[in-house]
Amino acid sequence: MFETDEPKMTSFHIPTMAEMTANGNTPEVLFWVGCAGSFDDRAKRITKAIAKILNAAGTSFAVLGQEESCSGDPAKRAGNEFLYQMQAAQNIAILNGYGINRIITGCPHCFNVLKNEYPELGGNYEVQHHTQFIRELIEQGKLRMADGGVFKGKKITFHDPCYLGRGNGEYLAPREVIASLDAELIEMRRCKQNGLCCGAGGAQMFKEAENGTGEVNHARTEDVVASKADIVATGCPFCNTMMTDGVKHANKEGEIIVKDVAELIAEAADLI
Amino acid sequence: MMSQLIFLLLLSTGIFFFARRIRFIQRNIRSGRDVDVSDQKVKRWKTMARVALGQGKMTARPVAGIMHILIYVGFVIINLEMLEILLDGLLGTHRIFAQPLGRVYNVLIGSFEWLAAGVILSCVVFFIRRNAMAIARLRSRELAGWPTLDANIILVVEVLLMFAFLSMNATDGIAQMRGLPHYVNAGSFPVSQWLMPLYVGLSDAGIVAVERGMWWFHIAGVLAFLVYVPYSKHFHIILAFPNTYFSDLTPAGAMNNMESVTREVKLMMDPSADPYATPAESAEPPAPFGAKDATDLTWKQLMESYSCTECGRCTSECPANQTGKLLSPRKIMMDTRDRIEEIGKARDANGGQWESDGKTLLGHYITEEELWACTSCQACVQACPINISPMGIILDMRRSLIMEDSKSPESITSMFNNIENNGAPWAFPAESRGDWTQDV
Repeated sequence: MFETDEPKMTSFHIPTMAEMTANGNTPEVLFWVGCAGSFDDRAKRITKAIAKILNAAGTSFAVLGQEESCSGDPAKRAGNEFLYQMQAAQNIAILNGYGINRIITGCPHCFNVLKNEYPELGGNYEVQHHTQFIRELIEQGKLRMADGGVFKGKKITFHDPCYLGRGNGEYLAPREVIASLDAELIEMRRCKQNGLCCGAGGAQMFKEAENGTGEVNHARTEDVVASKADIVATGCPFCNTMMTDGVKHANKEGEIIVKDVAELIAEAADLI
Repeated sequence: MMSQLIFLLLLSTGIFFFARRIRFIQRNIRSGRDVDVSDQKVKRWKTMARVALGQGKMTARPVAGIMHILIYVGFVIINLEMLEILLDGLLGTHRIFAQPLGRVYNVLIGSFEWLAAGVILSCVVFFIRRNAMAIARLRSRELAGWPTLDANIILVVEVLLMFAFLSMNATDGIAQMRGLPHYVNAGSFPVSQWLMPLYVGLSDAGIVAVERGMWWFHIAGVLAFLVYVPYSKHFHIILAFPNTYFSDLTPAGAMNNMESVTREVKLMMDPSADPYATPAESAEPPAPFGAKDATDLTWKQLMESYSCTECGRCTSECPANQTGKLLSPRKIMMDTRDRIEEIGKARDANGGQWESDGKTLLGHYITEEELWACTSCQACVQACPINISPMGIILDMRRSLIMEDSKSPESITSMFNNIENNGAPWAFPAESRGDWTQDV
């Protein structure tokens, strides 16, 4: 259990499933990192924050490492069911091979596909978004925020990722996690069921937007600005990219901080 | 006797044309692909009760929602009065329920009048909103021409029908006061009493003529409207019920699995399978992947297209539409309906057989640019008051674009290649996937 008066954990080893299995161990949960979380420099910081939280809370976890592959979400949403199912079949073979039961992930797109679309292809797991898992850790007293209140007096608003919110009806977990911070949780005009997309879903992340009169992430940033939030919390690496770009476009860098819920928690628990 | 015969003729003509049109639509809907929605019956009834019967999603927009509920409740309850009108018409009686119901009858007629006033008020507000106010979703380009005319016809007809109903009551009331023969003392007229000054100057014969005239105008109008409704967006008043019953009950984020692809993938991964094996003689030709034409969609999706009342809540919530892209989820539904109508008519003209007219839904109605603007955010699905999914059609069409025609924006093709080669949508080597663990 994490104690706030202990020195900050500087480094720890994150085992792969292959290593764990070789040592005859089984982790409590598999941390499904996702492509953005593995390769994108900004998203890697979120991944590390999640790992630090899991470590601090004493959760036994492992990653797939090189054995993880794209969940297939962008291929499926772009219309390439073949590629999606090839990816899914490959991933399911590996997950089932290790006897994985419980998965947590920092990406709502992976979350949605693993939870809702893998079962039909033979992959049945209990899948949680990282904010759902972190909420449990806080509720169970396994994760405590440090004294000092790094977010004291700050206004935080949560931008609902489509595939966590509308897609799977989870609006509460990220908000309850944010509520554990010494900060004020405020809502944008459009939130929860009516939240506006960041513009990256449905494989948009990987292409230029169609011609129009504006960009979706700029429109969403206007909602953030209007809410007068100091911090916009995200729960998806793609939303994070889109909102970061949006804030830059609105010349609000330095005024509005874009951070994943996991990063805020890791910071408040004095882990980073 | 003569009037009873005319009534019967009118009634049967109305029902005949209505039924003929329904059969046409039914056949069109059934020309879609099959989909099994026979599960979770209890949950389906509950969804229908909440969303359609209970108007559960309407008040997400309070003004339009409350006005709509007024018209809806008015329509459903005033239709009880239709039962009396039908019986009177067939049996040659006048206000047949008055005697047996007694005071209850007065309460009923009184409440019908208040509802009729509510319907008129709502229709007038809707007419002003649609024609005189700059409400974006009611001004979109896909509404130019017939859709706007259709909407206005519905509003005007409803006002006229309610006006006829109230005038009928007003003149009936006057006839009762004058003690004219056949006009039993029945009903209460809390609203139509205000119309009485319009008619009070008429002679006894004039009063009877207006009362009968309004009665006939009302019933003839209702029957004409009955025939009109299935040609119109107003058909939602019927299809909203089955459409919500057959709602997609999976989480909104879930996208359906393509069984046909699963079979192929299994075959590819099965080392003992012979990829060159000749298919069995009985094997049906494989169905195309995804949806290129309206008949490639499921019957549920075609039902959705006929259920759509073009309110445009989907379009106004769509992030692509809000930022000026060509995509309008409502247009996807309207195009789908227009195309399946076209196919249905061509089929009728060709003795029931469908021969390709060289057109397809994707290409001649819906463009690739519209499809690629979708972020699959499900805002359109959330916004629809009767659980239609324009997004489902968009994604099925993308499947056709990719798997049938290999047509995708260049960057999407690279994304596919990256996933195939490195297991990630970007061109990073798969070996470096775990590198982040080295400096935590």
